[in-house]
Amino acid sequence: MQRLSIPLMLTLLFSALIAASQTGLIDLYIQSVIMFIGINIILSSSLNIVNGYMGEFACGHAAFMAIGAYVASILNVWLFTKDKFFGSPLLPPEMAIYCFPLVLMAGGTVAAFAGMLVAIPSFKTRGDYLAIITIAANFIVTSTIINMSAIGGARGFMGMKKIVFAMEDVVDLPWMLIWVIIGTVFSVWLIRRYVSSTYGKGIIAIHQDEIAAEIMGVNTNRMKLTAFMISSGLAGLAGALFAHILGYINPGSFGILKSTECLVMVYLGGMGSLSGSVISAILFTLLLEGLRFVIPWIDAGLHWLNLIPDAYEISQVWKWVIIPLILVLLMQFRPEGIMGNKELSDIFPRLRKWYQFK
Amino acid sequence: MLESIIQNLFNALQWGSFYSLIALGYTLVYGVLTLINFAHGDIFMVGAYIAFFLATFFLGSLQGIPGWVTLTITIPLTMVLTACVGVALERIAYRPLRRKGANRLYVVITALMCGLILENGNLALLGASRKSFPEMIDKVVYTIGSVSLTNLKIAVIVSAVLVFILLQFIVTQTRIGMAMRAISYDKFAVPLMGIPIDAVIVFTFVLGSSMAGLAGVLYSMSYPILDPYMGALIGWKAFIAAVVGGIGDIRGAFLGGFLLGFVEILVVAFFPSTFRDLIAFSILLVILIYKPTGLFGVAKTTKI
Amino acid sequence: MALLEISGLTQNFGGLCALSDFSIRFNGDELTGLIGPNGAGKTTVFNLTSGFYTPSAGDIRFKGRSIVGLRPHQITGMGVARTFQNIRLWNDMSVLDNIRISQHYSMGYSLWDALMRTAVHGRGEQRIDRTAMEILESLNLSHYAAELPRNLPYGIQRKVEIARALSIKPSLLLLDEPAAGLNSADIQGLIQLIQWIHDTFDIAIWMIEHQMAVVMKLCSWIKVIDFGVTIAEGTPGEIQNNPDVIKAYLGDDTI
Repeated sequence: MQRLSIPLMLTLLFSALIAASQTGLIDLYIQSVIMFIGINIILSSSLNIVNGYMGEFACGHAAFMAIGAYVASILNVWLFTKDKFFGSPLLPPEMAIYCFPLVLMAGGTVAAFAGMLVAIPSFKTRGDYLAIITIAANFIVTSTIINMSAIGGARGFMGMKKIVFAMEDVVDLPWMLIWVIIGTVFSVWLIRRYVSSTYGKGIIAIHQDEIAAEIMGVNTNRMKLTAFMISSGLAGLAGALFAHILGYINPGSFGILKSTECLVMVYLGGMGSLSGSVISAILFTLLLEGLRFVIPWIDAGLHWLNLIPDAYEISQVWKWVIIPLILVLLMQFRPEGIMGNKELSDIFPRLRKWYQFK
Repeated sequence: MLESIIQNLFNALQWGSFYSLIALGYTLVYGVLTLINFAHGDIFMVGAYIAFFLATFFLGSLQGIPGWVTLTITIPLTMVLTACVGVALERIAYRPLRRKGANRLYVVITALMCGLILENGNLALLGASRKSFPEMIDKVVYTIGSVSLTNLKIAVIVSAVLVFILLQFIVTQTRIGMAMRAISYDKFAVPLMGIPIDAVIVFTFVLGSSMAGLAGVLYSMSYPILDPYMGALIGWKAFIAAVVGGIGDIRGAFLGGFLLGFVEILVVAFFPSTFRDLIAFSILLVILIYKPTGLFGVAKTTKI
Repeated sequence: MALLEISGLTQNFGGLCALSDFSIRFNGDELTGLIGPNGAGKTTVFNLTSGFYTPSAGDIRFKGRSIVGLRPHQITGMGVARTFQNIRLWNDMSVLDNIRISQHYSMGYSLWDALMRTAVHGRGEQRIDRTAMEILESLNLSHYAAELPRNLPYGIQRKVEIARALSIKPSLLLLDEPAAGLNSADIQGLIQLIQWIHDTFDIAIWMIEHQMAVVMKLCSWIKVIDFGVTIAEGTPGEIQNNPDVIKAYLGDDTI
């Protein structure tokens, strides 16, 4: 009975959310916030594999998100919709609903193979050099997309909304919400299975002493390859979902700033803590949304107290001063993040009764 | 044909000079602290803005004084003030972590975040409108055949070379340079030998940041539009150039910067300009894959 | 077929010749010592044998097969295990996890099995757990299973490292200065442990050591190297009286 408790809770939550969305209990804005939380959970936990468990410093996570987003979007638009460049749909739009998970997987798979290209240099280098390679990879991916005018280049690519409408035409459910939840649960489930097996623990050994790991029988190259591929594959999945939520993507949203967001979430949550990544993703998304409202209040307050000149308005840009500042303070006073490298079951031992985490 | 090559050569030298100046700053700090000061590109941006405010102020308040006087005040003053910003960053953000013996990763993340704070703080405080850098001196164009050079271009190239010679001299021939190199080998033994490690580190930041400030002034004079994110892309590229040259080695940074300048100008000469970043980054990546420690870098062997 | 056959092994680091023309042969159940002054090249021999370095010249054959150029984890998979001069345990993982991960090569299941939790994975994990617990019990370390190595006394950490090496079920065990940093009580325990390992398992043990008491007590054959060159080999009695060995360690009379 205890083993079923987590799946049961998740199913209940899932059904509750779907029902709430269908009945209009939660509006589209809240739905989108929930979906962004899900995307961020996938991004944060997948980057945690490489940066947290394996202790590398990969700074280009958004590149894989971009690959997944574009591959999935192009596939869907090409197959199921009428588009200026691709022409008429190849398959009837009603099939979109069945093919959607396949398209998501395609996005993730291509991203995973791209991850392979970054993993190979990591065999011989570590630390700062990997940071550079991943940053360069991020720039290369965005520059490549900018130069491909067939898919919109710098102006972006759209048409994904038509896919969602096509799906809703067949069965009227909030499909993106459903798929984001499924994707999130899948990612966390996959990662947990990966790192709790002796196979996955090899990457933790690589982090703590790579030479000892290699000499004690861990095939370090293969471990790095699988870690990178799983990490980037899941980022691709997140990108594919992201693209279909927004209905429009452009290379600018997958640059260094996005990669930095992922880094913030990982280090905020704690390197090597899956529950930490989940918690920090939730907090971070809520913080971003919350600041949207809080900043105008601060602005109003400061104006009322006459602390700032009338002409000056505290804009949303301050968000991007506050967030890095939070991380700087975090590094000063609690660098291990919220959870350190512990899981929830380490902090609340009674939770262990309900589920095994390590 | 030859003349267009020479023209491109000078363009590349000038463009590479900026990268070199910034790369030198990265490499100095990395050489001493093994820290990638990701905020360095943004210190360059801060230098450019400081120069903007100084130049505007002096040109406004000192009417009738020849432009070159303003120039001779602005440049050193910018360098000094930018150095102050760099040192402030070190004192406030990096030193406390160093004291605590924090993991290097935390310092790098702090650096990355400080860079973001500088960029977005600038955007938030000064607004999104781009600033136009005032002209301090008249441009003199020298023409040889169909190759045209401005005095500014020559000045930029000459500055980069002089800075390199100066830094190379300091690091290899002076005692403080020796201290800098000592710290890079063993941070813990150095204070035990009576060397004031904090002072040396501050000196390193002063050097690196003032060079970035100089780059800021020269850049703004060459390309007079300023925006808060101007440091970001140039910073990343200069950093990669420093690594390709062999980070921690001044010659590596100097050559890496020019290498990048050449690559970019060459690419733009033959391909559409949107390909510039793509090809530049790819070439750098390829160099790194074949020579992971960079052109001048020395492979570190681990002993077990 | 010899278990381990090294012939003409030479290693140059740039201009420095760390090891020259080193040869040795193991049949399968020896307890051999490798001694020499600091910097003689002893750890280099181990690093070459475990695959961390590639030799400049010479051949290393393990169970009849040349292992030159193989990656360390492959060599480990063939049955060579080692400990390190400075203990290299994974300090933020429990002792039990340390012993589990060293069995990585012989896990017997793939990534897919791990993710899908197939029966193959289950059996593999069970076997890993069983082997780990058995090793810990036989070395009297079971009660430390959940501890982090960083919290354990140095002597216990040393034992854990040896346990980790044994979990691979090696045919050849390389011990790099196992007595380094141990107090005299722990050293006695270590001598007993190594003797017990040698008697209980079908294993050849090759030991680098500076503590002469340990070497002379345990080893039936000793090889001495200095500046990368073999200067003597023989039984403990022969080595103790060998003038070249004495000169290498203590210098000669001429001042």
